[in-house]
Amino acid sequence: MSLMTPLNRVLGLGTGAGAAEHWWVQRLTAVALIPLGVWFAYELMTLGGFDYATVVAWVREPVTSIMLILLVVAVGYHSSLGVQVVIEDYVPGKGGKAAALMASTLAHAGLTIAAVVAVLRIAFGS
Amino acid sequence: MQAQERPLSPYWIYRWEITMWLSSLHRISGLLLSLGAIVLAVWLIALASGREAFDGVHAVVGAPWFKVLLVGWTLCFFYHLANGIRHLAWDAGYGFDPKRIRASGYTVVVVTLVATAAFSSAAIF
Repeated sequence: MSLMTPLNRVLGLGTGAGAAEHWWVQRLTAVALIPLGVWFAYELMTLGGFDYATVVAWVREPVTSIMLILLVVAVGYHSSLGVQVVIEDYVPGKGGKAAALMASTLAHAGLTIAAVVAVLRIAFGS
Repeated sequence: MQAQERPLSPYWIYRWEITMWLSSLHRISGLLLSLGAIVLAVWLIALASGREAFDGVHAVVGAPWFKVLLVGWTLCFFYHLANGIRHLAWDAGYGFDPKRIRASGYTVVVVTLVATAAFSSAAIF
């Protein structure tokens, strides 16, 4: 028996709050990561070297900059959602769970934005 | 009232099947890839910071012991990619009968190993 009012259930404020959206965005980013992931692997295989000059020249190409930003954002989002589920499943206790979720979300957001800024700096840098 | 001896769910006597291994590996590989994504971010940030910072990161990433990790992440990457496509097909309602579920599982393993070997020889070594 649920003690929630029908209104709260409809608004998604129960244990499953946001579950449908979580499920959907995880699939959405997964689908996006198929071409982005294959592209990234192919580019690294054909780059021909990983010295500074080669990699900078590669990132500066407009298509590379755009694809890298799309990749980084999709990876950040997809990873954040995936790690969230793992934390919810395995970290015991409400407090520990909340702390771990907060740390994971902040780390994901921070690193994603940092990586996007890095690509933009390389693309527009002197 | 006397407690009855009811049959319990026999989850501990299941013979491990490829489907169960692959299911666990999807989560494990995903988690490891999250750690690998940190390396990708650090690599890009170092690249934006200039030659000196990039060479510093490259000295670690290009080291022999780190190449072992890179091969591991490559394995996780292609596995998660191939098995992820399998999961998406299930979400769409395809390939759920036992025969096809095993066949697609073995396909994923082969694709992962071949792709990892190809990528490693081209981009890591």
